[in-house]
Amino acid sequence: MDTQPFIRIENVTKTFGEEVAVNNLSLDIGKNELFSLLGASGCGKTTLLRMIAGFEKPTSGRIIIDGVDLTNIPPFERPVNTVFQSYALFPHMTVEQNVAFGLKQEKTPKSEIEDRVASMLKMVELEGMRKRKPHQMSGGQRQRVALARALIKLPKVLLLDEPLAALDKKLRERTQFELVNIQELTGITFIMVTHDQEEAMTMSSRIGVMNAGMLQQVGTPSQIYEYPHSRYVADFIGEANIFEGILQKEDESNAYIECRELGQDFSIKRHDFAENNAPVAVMIRPEKMRITLEEEISDELNSVAGTVKDIAYLGDMSIYHVELESGRVLQASQLNFQHTAERKITWGDEVLLYWHPDNAVVLAQ
Amino acid sequence: MTGLMSKTANKLGRLSVLLIPFLWMTVFFLLPFLILLKISFSQTRTGIPPYTEVFEWAGGLLFKIHGTMENFYFLISDSLYFAAYTNSIKIAAISTLICLLIGYPMALGISRASPKVRNILLLLVILPFWTSFLIRVYAWIGLLKNEGLINHLLMALGIIDQPLVMLHTPFAVYLGISYSYLPFMVLPLYASLEKMDYSLLEAAADLGAKPMQAFLSVTIPQSMPGIIAGSMLVFIPAIGEFVIPDLLGGANTLMIGKVLWNEFFLNRDWPLASAVAVIMLVILVLPLVLWQRHQQVLEERDQ
Repeated sequence: MDTQPFIRIENVTKTFGEEVAVNNLSLDIGKNELFSLLGASGCGKTTLLRMIAGFEKPTSGRIIIDGVDLTNIPPFERPVNTVFQSYALFPHMTVEQNVAFGLKQEKTPKSEIEDRVASMLKMVELEGMRKRKPHQMSGGQRQRVALARALIKLPKVLLLDEPLAALDKKLRERTQFELVNIQELTGITFIMVTHDQEEAMTMSSRIGVMNAGMLQQVGTPSQIYEYPHSRYVADFIGEANIFEGILQKEDESNAYIECRELGQDFSIKRHDFAENNAPVAVMIRPEKMRITLEEEISDELNSVAGTVKDIAYLGDMSIYHVELESGRVLQASQLNFQHTAERKITWGDEVLLYWHPDNAVVLAQ
Repeated sequence: MTGLMSKTANKLGRLSVLLIPFLWMTVFFLLPFLILLKISFSQTRTGIPPYTEVFEWAGGLLFKIHGTMENFYFLISDSLYFAAYTNSIKIAAISTLICLLIGYPMALGISRASPKVRNILLLLVILPFWTSFLIRVYAWIGLLKNEGLINHLLMALGIIDQPLVMLHTPFAVYLGISYSYLPFMVLPLYASLEKMDYSLLEAAADLGAKPMQAFLSVTIPQSMPGIIAGSMLVFIPAIGEFVIPDLLGGANTLMIGKVLWNEFFLNRDWPLASAVAVIMLVILVLPLVLWQRHQQVLEERDQ
């Protein structure tokens, strides 16, 4: 077994004066991963990335890449390259000169530089733009120049700081797949910083959700989405119905929640984190919550009655806001299999919301 | 109706705004230059004015022209003038280089300082302007002369036995010009360095450039507009400089500004002096035109 992870961030803290940007954070990242640091602005994700690049020095802690402690190594000696959020292309250089910059610093022979620049530009599909200056290019093209410039030295780790934030929606979606393809093609470990949860979900092998300088949860996109550990993660990723209750365990795999907000108890399957009788928060994703006009539901499922207050029609799906007798409003989303005109549920209908006990998740905090 | 009126008013407004600098340049630059140009084609004579008329009215709309190229021929034939021009260019060029070498680290330091300190430093750069230029140059005489402050200090410290001869040497001229024009170098350099995107330097470091390499391949090219503007602002007035070589330079400091003054006021040879001035203007306009073209290229690049 490989005991030494490819990238190890060990108890790293970074303070700026009084302010703690990164708080005693530890994280292991494997080789060939596309790892995303996800969080709202100011959560410390960019500071962490800048410490890996070497632009900031940790106040305490160590950063080890491929067995080498890089904590005190300046950025120009690290086997790490960065795609900057603003791209930071050199405005006075052509595309070719920008991409060649890294190799030139290493005094690579001219003919080799030419070959590698050419193949790099081919990979990012910019062969026809070699002589252009950055200001003569579109945002998407500039982004690819930045990528080519950072990849040409074949770094051990590529850092991407909000690489797609400046692109419009369509281009962003296309570029997401391109980036994943390039990552798979080159086998370079990518660490990406983003505030866009969809971007993180689509692209990453694993996601680290950050808040207030700490990692809230690390896991695959589906782990993070389906089984968030905390209220913060559940709220940050996607939509969530969250309610408070008291956990009552029956045996190893069965339990129920006494829930005042719903005005009734309901059963759950997963309760890894909590003690018996403990007050807990429970989350159910809107798409896991079904809605029906029928009055009876199988005993296997949990259900609760309510009135349709609002329907948000999004085209591919609709989100129903259902008010319970307790006054609490829950969200349930439904794919629109049928044309809207044929859908039966409408405003003011008395409906039942129901969900499988598997789909309710107990949150740790 | 009102639309038309406001349109006319708008046009008038724009014209009047343009009119003021236009009139200013015409009255205080173009007309004097044309008079100078006319005098440069005339001959010297004793009397008031001390030159012959170039245009003589010949009745109706006709003029007789008595122009001569003699003054310009003389400028070429006498090596004194050629030496004065080249020496002026040399002194201006070296002074510009000195200003650049001193001014660049200053501007870089100011642009990297915290905003509060930055304003104080900028104020200190501009501070000498609160005293008259002439007085500041005179003050250097007091510092540089044989019984001056610097020599006294060095002798009191026992570093030298004999006073160093500094005043009335080329050294004093370089010192005076560099000192006087340094702010004109620092300010445009600061303006272009302050605008620079700091992430470009991080990108250079990220790609393996050591600090010196990053400075040479990113900072210098990025501040090129400031380097050019600052150099122009020092070089152009330094070429025609008269006060500094006159007060701090020696008899052997040959600069065109001094030659010009001598021709006008010592020799009272206005036509020759005018010719000297015309040629000087041509020498000065050339780098200005080059600069203008450079600016145009920059603007086109930004579009």
